[in-house]
Amino acid sequence: MEIKKEQNGSALTIKVIGRLDAGSAPELSKELTTALDGVTDLTFDFAELKYIASAGLRVLLVAQKRMNKQGSMKLINVSEAVLEVLDMTGFASLMTIA
Amino acid sequence: MEKITVDAVLENLQTVIDFATEKLEERDCSMKVVMQTELVIEEVFVNIASYAYHPEIGPATFCMSFEENPHALLMTFIDAGKPYNPLEQEAPDTTLALEERDIGGLGIFLVKKNVDEISYEYADGKNILHMKKFF
Repeated sequence: MEIKKEQNGSALTIKVIGRLDAGSAPELSKELTTALDGVTDLTFDFAELKYIASAGLRVLLVAQKRMNKQGSMKLINVSEAVLEVLDMTGFASLMTIA
Repeated sequence: MEKITVDAVLENLQTVIDFATEKLEERDCSMKVVMQTELVIEEVFVNIASYAYHPEIGPATFCMSFEENPHALLMTFIDAGKPYNPLEQEAPDTTLALEERDIGGLGIFLVKKNVDEISYEYADGKNILHMKKFF
């Protein structure tokens, strides 16, 4: 997994590339703990995210809960494979998918 | 039947997934079936790696075979850790609002969603989880 960040004032776009699995999720989780400070508009760009497992969903859930307190969060360019997992777990209805 | 035994540690997850995907690809399984199978393997393996022998380390065996007419993939996970029936884990309520959503139980829930049959037995001091997936 590779993480690319693009910050524009209080807007942050995080591009997650590759696989968000049990091996890589802790890295994203760690990154988010500091990266979200002062962010009001968070976008996850999943154009190149090929796979997500429950460990990745947990990170998204924590991020969503935090962003509900300090702003908003959305997921963009979600692939069919990832969307299927989000749908299956009810996450698709908890998050803004653009 | 083909099988692989590794230490049940997170670092070996990819080894088990690669073992399985190679065989699925040989059979021209769709990308969707491959992805769903990877998800099943990951969630079961991570559970074993996290809890079965904790805080020790022990082995996990993954077996797979195929059936024809209809096409099905048979998978079995075996570990000799603490007796644990994952099928008894309460399913998460996927209709709850965000603030009430808990993160537990999501892995086994995804496993159940992505296989057609699943059964658990504890025999000879081993946890044995059988799964069948039609494709």
